[in-house]
Amino acid sequence: MDNAKNNQIVQLRNVVKRFDSVVAVEKMDLDIEEGSLVTLLGPSGCGKTTILRMIAGLEDCTEGDIYIKGKRVNDVPVHKRNLGMIFQDYALFPHKTIYDNVAFGLKYRNVSKAEIRKRVTRALETVRLPGVEHRKPAQLSGGQQQRIALARAIVIEPDVLLMDEPLSALDENLREEMRQEVDNLQSELGITTIFVTHDQREALSMSDTIIVMKDGLKQQEGGPEEVYDAPVNHFVADFLGHCNFYRCRITGREKGLTTVEVEGGQTLYSEHDEGWEVGEELELLVRAQKIVIESRTEEIPGVSLNIFPGKVKSRMYMGGEAWYFVEMEDGTVIHAINISRVAPFHEGDEVTLHIPPRHCRLIPKD
Amino acid sequence: MMQEKSWRPWALLSPALTAVFFFLVVPTLFVIVYSFWLRAPTGQDIPAFQFGNYAKFFADMFYPSLLLRTIRVALEAVALSLLMGYIPAYFFAKTESRHKNMLIILILLPFWVSFIIRAMSWINILGDTGLINFILLKLHLISAPLSMLYNEGSVLMGLVQFLLPFMILNIYVSLEGIDKNLVPAAKSLGCTEWQAFKEVTLPLSLPGVSAGSLLVFVLAAGTYLPPMILGGPQNMMMANMVFKRVIGTLDWPFGSAISVILLGLIGLIVYAYNRYLGISQIFKSMQ
Repeated sequence: MDNAKNNQIVQLRNVVKRFDSVVAVEKMDLDIEEGSLVTLLGPSGCGKTTILRMIAGLEDCTEGDIYIKGKRVNDVPVHKRNLGMIFQDYALFPHKTIYDNVAFGLKYRNVSKAEIRKRVTRALETVRLPGVEHRKPAQLSGGQQQRIALARAIVIEPDVLLMDEPLSALDENLREEMRQEVDNLQSELGITTIFVTHDQREALSMSDTIIVMKDGLKQQEGGPEEVYDAPVNHFVADFLGHCNFYRCRITGREKGLTTVEVEGGQTLYSEHDEGWEVGEELELLVRAQKIVIESRTEEIPGVSLNIFPGKVKSRMYMGGEAWYFVEMEDGTVIHAINISRVAPFHEGDEVTLHIPPRHCRLIPKD
Repeated sequence: MMQEKSWRPWALLSPALTAVFFFLVVPTLFVIVYSFWLRAPTGQDIPAFQFGNYAKFFADMFYPSLLLRTIRVALEAVALSLLMGYIPAYFFAKTESRHKNMLIILILLPFWVSFIIRAMSWINILGDTGLINFILLKLHLISAPLSMLYNEGSVLMGLVQFLLPFMILNIYVSLEGIDKNLVPAAKSLGCTEWQAFKEVTLPLSLPGVSAGSLLVFVLAAGTYLPPMILGGPQNMMMANMVFKRVIGTLDWPFGSAISVILLGLIGLIVYAYNRYLGISQIFKSMQ
């Protein structure tokens, strides 16, 4: 392949997948660097699992080519691709002991008995579950079973680890713990990992690169900070967290900032500037966490722009943070998330909102 | 609290238990009691407690060999249903056809037709003046009708036709219960399609195979219609002999003794099967 780089372990070129007439994946290009953790993020039905299954060889691609280590693998069957696969429901063999489960892949790789024993023991130590060799999968908890699945996949030293929503069958606390564990393990072993999830927090906390997908199309590709702070469109912004969106129009430039007029007639300043023409219709987006909320009597120090009065319409206490829905003078409601304070605001409180120009992103109209 | 409500399951079970008791346990007890009675030369049944009827059964090899043949034919029926049933069951479990449920209903369709009619219909197909002989004669491929009926083969065919759905459905249920990701997981670890079948699908379908085999065996061993309609005198099975003694010669005590022996033997086999293959284990693994 002409554009092959040595450190790109998985490459997709113009990959299309159709089921009958339904397009599951549309013209997908993908380059996955060796040793990185790449997340395919999107709602269900966006084609992320289909991509994973095509890389694994469990689905054929309708068009396009898939390369692993620079070699075209379209016609290479699953069992010859040397990939590790982790499934949402663990997919451990229920009739085999943990030892036989972990040893399974080695058995088909002509590894000697003694070597299998050594490597299985080491893999179980790696996932911090030594000594369970003789149990059956049903005797382990969900989290333990997923760790065994992990051990079973890494013991064969795969070129790529493919994980299909591996944490979504676990409950909240365990999920967080396993998330860290997968992350540590991945960086420790340096296995290239492709991780499929619909959970934005999982994606943001673990990934080197996030690929946000919708309807079989790649929406944005970038590091976690990039996709979170600089989303390219409404969908990406909305999918990755709580946002306020307002229709707006560019009115000019002032003090090195872009000025926009939002629907209600108010003017906001934004640091974001991509050379838009005056009069262009865009959408202004502000993350709920970036809005500063203060009581009316307090001054917000060192701030003179994008300050608006409002009234708390409702509040939701979420433990570590509080959600406020603040009604502005023109009737629009702004969603602001603040870290829980000593003296929280209540319904009906008069407050001042500050929307830092740094966090006013302008994106194409949806 | 638990103790106070311990009568509840029994109350809920009582209609079923009553039916089982009066329509199964009591008649079976009657049969057992009858098997010890005497039959007077005049044809009267005289209440007694003696083992004459059992002694008569084992007096020569006629009846024991009938018993052995019954067991052999039943085992043959199990083997054939297994061979013919696994593939359709596998197909139903794997197919992604929209008509899957329709196909499964088709498997059950024969139950809507009386078994007697289904067995009799083979006569129109395989008989001397049946369809196959008619065609072969018309085509001058044969000069005299082939005799395809009234042998063990035709009895087995009737049995398998009757019992196959039980086997297919049992295997299908256990195949359907296998996690759909296990085969992909096995393949990703280096198995070919066939190796994945041997490692994963086959062992995990054994509970269904085992349950289906037991059901087919018990039903075949107690069968009465296929040998009567499709078999000759030499293909008689135990149930036919019971019929012959009880209805034919009105020898209720001896007919009862034959029934008890058949029941006892099948019971013993089921017990051994349960003990060594573990039916309870089978159901556990199906969770």
